[in-house]
Amino acid sequence: MTERTVDLSSNNLRTMYQTMLRIRLFEEKVGNLIQQNEIVCPCHLYIGQEAVATGVCNALRKDDYVFSSHRSHGHYVAKGGNLNALMAELYGKVTGCSKGRGGSMHLSFPAVGFIGSSAIVAGSISPAVGAALAFSIQKTDNVSVVFFGDGATNEGVWYESLNFAALKKLPVVFVCENNLYSTHVHISDHLADTDIQKKANIFRMRGVQVNGNDVIEVFNVAKKAVKDARRGKGPTLIECMTYRWRGHVGPNDDLETGLRSKEELSYWKEKGPIKKLEKLLLSRNFLSKSEFLQIRREVEKEVDESLMFAKKSPFPSENSLLDNVFKAK
Amino acid sequence: MPKIQYNQAINQTLHQLMKKDPRVFLIGQGVTSPWYVGQTTNGLLDKFGSRRVIDTPVSENGITGVAVGAALAAMRPILIFPRMDFMYYAMDQLVNHAGSWHYMFGGQLNVPLTVWAIINRGGEQAAQHSQSLQAMLSHIPGFKVVMPSTAYDAKGLLVSAVEDDDPVIYIDDRWLYELEDDVPEELYSIPIGEGMIRRKGKNITVAASSYMVTEAIKAADSLADEGIDVEVIDLRSLKPLDKQILINSVKKTGRFIIVDAGWPSSGIGAEVSAIVGSEAFEYLNAPIMRVSLPDSPAPASSPLEAVYYPKAKTIVSKIRELVPK
Repeated sequence: MTERTVDLSSNNLRTMYQTMLRIRLFEEKVGNLIQQNEIVCPCHLYIGQEAVATGVCNALRKDDYVFSSHRSHGHYVAKGGNLNALMAELYGKVTGCSKGRGGSMHLSFPAVGFIGSSAIVAGSISPAVGAALAFSIQKTDNVSVVFFGDGATNEGVWYESLNFAALKKLPVVFVCENNLYSTHVHISDHLADTDIQKKANIFRMRGVQVNGNDVIEVFNVAKKAVKDARRGKGPTLIECMTYRWRGHVGPNDDLETGLRSKEELSYWKEKGPIKKLEKLLLSRNFLSKSEFLQIRREVEKEVDESLMFAKKSPFPSENSLLDNVFKAK
Repeated sequence: MPKIQYNQAINQTLHQLMKKDPRVFLIGQGVTSPWYVGQTTNGLLDKFGSRRVIDTPVSENGITGVAVGAALAAMRPILIFPRMDFMYYAMDQLVNHAGSWHYMFGGQLNVPLTVWAIINRGGEQAAQHSQSLQAMLSHIPGFKVVMPSTAYDAKGLLVSAVEDDDPVIYIDDRWLYELEDDVPEELYSIPIGEGMIRRKGKNITVAASSYMVTEAIKAADSLADEGIDVEVIDLRSLKPLDKQILINSVKKTGRFIIVDAGWPSSGIGAEVSAIVGSEAFEYLNAPIMRVSLPDSPAPASSPLEAVYYPKAKTIVSKIRELVPK
């Protein structure tokens, strides 16, 4: 316990709690909006995994780079991406972070170092390594981080990327969010060896497994990995054990399809990351019940405002269809 | 002006670009091996070090993504494929990432990546070491595609590719590497998207790119005695394509052949034919003809190779079909 809290002021914990709640309430809102057919583009909700994005991004500087996957709302929010621009993007509006070109699966907010998310499984892993290569050529001390799921570790490019990053000792942190499912397939049905962190060793890279629902643990491990990367000690693979509460895509929980049991889902909800941090904050008297309520109200207001912003924003004009295919003419 | 070879022009340009711009670096298989890339990277490792001249593991998919990511982080990578055939592993990063990035994120970040793809055919190398994928690559939104046919263009188009803010596919053919040309010592660029008339003529237009320009000129020269006056256009850029130079030429000649050393189905020939057919229809006095590879993988055996690759005489026979005696 002493080690766990050594780097964390109550202020920092409050910030992380706020971030996790921001992700949770935003995603719950998005889930409802999909059910109302308000949001059309496919959304892969992050509910249940909030501690991973929050813990890792809290260990980063604004000018560090984050690359993400199809399940990217949480990473975008945790890195500091604008909530209005995110909701507007899901609505296909021109005020969206990708001007209505990307939708849920293609988010970017370079001003805060959120470089982009790719909907091709494992697609952003090698670009994250490339950004790290750029930092090493430029001799800056920036760090590049990439989030991906357990399913991505089946892709050959995952091995190629880890090998090259370790070979060149690049400043990159690989964050695997092991939520036990690759789309609808349980991890025991898609990996011959489900111990993902161990695979770092074949590249002589440090691999760590953490409780991905414990934001403090994630933060501490990420902080060490980021520090190592910044000091030229090369990459780390962090495997965060977590669980997604909703299905692969959309707001449903997959119980009706029989893909998982009610018991399994209940078990993980009980171990959920927000509940866990709330308990800690209460028991340590870091936050009072009224402060919890106040934070929740503030976040609810932010989410509501993002929705209003998205709704009143204009769609892109038809004559802008071919804008941005090229930068140079 | 000094006369140098095509591969020397590339080598000189790489030295000059890397000296001029610290953002430029070279990455890919074989960049530190003289034979692998036809002497084009000689001296670079010694001068710029392994930090900017990066020979890589055999990981085309991964390394292409690495180049894309470096381009996103304000570098200007030149990613080399010593044989185009190896690029299929890289297609996800090229199409889903490099070519789409600027568009799908609303123009926030661009990918100033040069993909240098070498055609290295012949010599009984067979199906997996002989391909020319310009059509496939031109199909993809977000890329520009250039194919220099002379040492002068090899330099000017490489400069343009590296200085361009978008991904550019730069395709050269090892059969051109010993071709000599006057190449200015200083850096210069050739606008991407501009074709060039290599030989003026009035009876028929033959458009080609890369090595096939050389063959088209040989064909044209051999027909001059018969009184057939062939205009040869070097496309230089396949995308964007200089439509106007084709239309203007057909306006004058009324006959058109497109020569491309790729496969015919849905190929460069099909694309260029469609453009000329729809935009210069009223000037055509004869059907448009195509010269291409056959729809077949490349063979190994020399006698088969000899008939597989189109040459000047293939072009000559097509011209004879179209131009009345």
